[in-house]
Amino acid sequence: MTALGRITATESQASARTCCLHCGTPTVERFCCAGCATAHALIQGMGLDAFYRRASGPVGALKPDTLPPVPLAPHAQPARDGGWQLDIMLAGLSCGACVWLVEQALMAEPDVTHARAALTTRRLSLRWTGERTRADDFAVSLARLGFRAVPFSQPCLDAADDAETKSLTRALGIATFGAMNVMLVSMAVWFGTDMGEATRALMHWLAALIALPTILVAGRPFFRAAFGALLARRANMDVAISIAVLATAAMSLSEALRNGPYTWFDGATALLALLLAGRVLDRAARARAGRAVAELLALQRASVRRMLSDGITEEVPADQLEVGDRLLLAAGEALPVDAVAETGDALFDLAAVTGESVPRTLLRGAGVPAGAVNMGAAAVVRVTHPADQGSLAAKARMLDAGLQARSRFTGIADKAARIYVPAVLLAALAAFVGWMMLGGAGWREALVPTVSVLIITCPCGLAIAVPAVQAVAVGGLFRRGILVASPTALERLATADHAVLDKTGTLTEGRPVLLPGGWSEDALRRGARLAQASRHPLAQALAHACPGAPAATDAIEEPGQGIRAGKARLGSAAFVGAVPHADDGMAIWFHDGDEAPVRFAFADPPREDSPQSAARLRALGLGVEIASGDRPAAVKQAAREAGIAHWLAEATPADKAARISALVAMGRRPVMVGDGINDAPALAAAHVGASPASGTDLARITADIVLRRDGIAALVEAIAVARRAQHLARQNIGFSLAYNLLAVPLAIAGVVTPLIAAIVMATSSLAVTLNALRAGRPA
Amino acid sequence: MNALLLLVPLALLLGLLGLAGFLWALKTRQYDDLDGAASRILFDDDQPRGADRPRDAKERRG
Repeated sequence: MTALGRITATESQASARTCCLHCGTPTVERFCCAGCATAHALIQGMGLDAFYRRASGPVGALKPDTLPPVPLAPHAQPARDGGWQLDIMLAGLSCGACVWLVEQALMAEPDVTHARAALTTRRLSLRWTGERTRADDFAVSLARLGFRAVPFSQPCLDAADDAETKSLTRALGIATFGAMNVMLVSMAVWFGTDMGEATRALMHWLAALIALPTILVAGRPFFRAAFGALLARRANMDVAISIAVLATAAMSLSEALRNGPYTWFDGATALLALLLAGRVLDRAARARAGRAVAELLALQRASVRRMLSDGITEEVPADQLEVGDRLLLAAGEALPVDAVAETGDALFDLAAVTGESVPRTLLRGAGVPAGAVNMGAAAVVRVTHPADQGSLAAKARMLDAGLQARSRFTGIADKAARIYVPAVLLAALAAFVGWMMLGGAGWREALVPTVSVLIITCPCGLAIAVPAVQAVAVGGLFRRGILVASPTALERLATADHAVLDKTGTLTEGRPVLLPGGWSEDALRRGARLAQASRHPLAQALAHACPGAPAATDAIEEPGQGIRAGKARLGSAAFVGAVPHADDGMAIWFHDGDEAPVRFAFADPPREDSPQSAARLRALGLGVEIASGDRPAAVKQAAREAGIAHWLAEATPADKAARISALVAMGRRPVMVGDGINDAPALAAAHVGASPASGTDLARITADIVLRRDGIAALVEAIAVARRAQHLARQNIGFSLAYNLLAVPLAIAGVVTPLIAAIVMATSSLAVTLNALRAGRPA
Repeated sequence: MNALLLLVPLALLLGLLGLAGFLWALKTRQYDDLDGAASRILFDDDQPRGADRPRDAKERRG
């Protein structure tokens, strides 16, 4: 063994002592959790441990979830050969080795006939013979390996089977083929000065033979968009491109007919190929972000369990629920529709609906709004509104107006095109009239300088200026966990001048943390043992504060009250028999036998980076304020700690949206950050909406930007990148316009040959593309 | 001139073959998972993965 090999071997041993053998999370033992140990044993048992030598995904991505697997069997479809088939979205599929592991593990099942996973779309296509219910077994084995399997939902499908990307890619292939072959012929004409008349005519017609079908097929994406714009009486970049390409083709055909010195088919096809390449890259960057958003949605969009009359439950999608259906809501599940509680003392987290940070105990018969998360034991609720009529749908309707206003936003490229297209057409007309009237040329000769104006001002650099910058910026943000979903979001973000922030989960951690004082280490450890048995956020926070404590095996949870194990009790003051404290909203009590009751108090602390991020937002010139549904005291404290002067507490969804509308009416361009259902109307009404990845479905659908990293530091970064992208796009447009301004007199004078036009086009495109690459660098 | 009559159609034919290959690859979804394809070639296994397995091989196993 070489010295180098020994060093790496020792290094890997050292890291094996400190990192989990399965998921790579730093840990003191071999594995960070029981799930990782199971997964590791499973993989070794199947003889697939080559996986660990090849895995290259992010640290911690493979840690198995503790959530129960989503039932997959109802989604299985009968296959043509008599078995079953199913498409699954696999969360955690992060590297090539994961693909290999999943495929190998599933193919080891005797009845699986086909298993193929795609890394780009995280889609697993599965076919098997035998029982339909085997799908659930596969979900369980995948969950053991550390992958969460959910049905490949409609948004995922839309994002994966992206017909537009496909047709653009096809057009790009055809245009590139045409451009290269036409160039082959054109080169001969450019440099073959001793070429005979007949040979030149042959070359011209050969070029026409290749170029005309190419233009007709590959130019369709532009022609279609241009036609749409003209119908709406607008001029956009596609109109400019279509005019340049079609006029060039027509003029070249006329030159071929009269056997002139040059045809310009090469320019037209090369232009198409270049522009299509820009479009494909732009689209690919956004499609990747769109797929990531669809994945997040699929992970949350689980079906619900409906109770039948005989006590059996069945899985149904939320949109098939009817009024009067009884649902069984397990701990941690979110309610998709409005309902009333049938179980007494059910504990619901309403943070997503109202912004309250403390869960509320709902009595039997109390209304439970859609979006509430069950924090206690399994609860039964009765549906009061179908999915399309309840409070969630009402909020969704509030979104429409805002979203429509947003779709009317015109990007900088189209703004430039509105001035540019008429200007170029005027210049071309001037060239034509000038040559006919003053130059005494025939219409055919006059057509040559006219079209060379069109082709030299051809918005090649201009058309690629903005998409190139956006593709690079969106790609760069994606790598840093910021997903830009809407096409104009980046430009809108660059112009934002005011930030309205939600409190819970945005400025604060969004989860309670144990405050010091009033308890001893011993009480904490014994309390934490009980706390591990509950999903109540305060109990979880207590367990989190003492990670080493073993779970109490005989713990029994009394829903809405507390946990008891033997004589020890953990829960509300009344449950443990203590004297209630004045401020018990964020506290739990522990009482063991004859000892004095101990009170654990919690608070939702601000994120460490909140004050700096708020300061950086102000430094970027944005006004900062808070709009929260939480209690005034909590909001005031969070505002003080983050150094934000303006705040709004106990705000309803309508209040938040009204605040945004007021800002818009004042001429401000607000960016709204929020994660709850109660934030969705405000997100839609805002100039730009941003939502954390952990937010609710509705918030993420409405948001233009999804932040996969916690806190508002990501927002600051996104604004900085968006502003620089906007600056670079302006620079690019300015550069292309200046370049064209210099070239137009040459074209009008009639001294431009196809060779010069090609050089001008290539250099300007190259310049703007290189400039665009600067957009992806960290701010 | 005679050389052109042969070479130009030949060049076009080869180009068209390439284009046909590209369109076929696009149609058979080979462009759908570029990231996966990039890492897939690094795994060399005895048994073909992903492809449909012949039934008799499965029966021998079970």
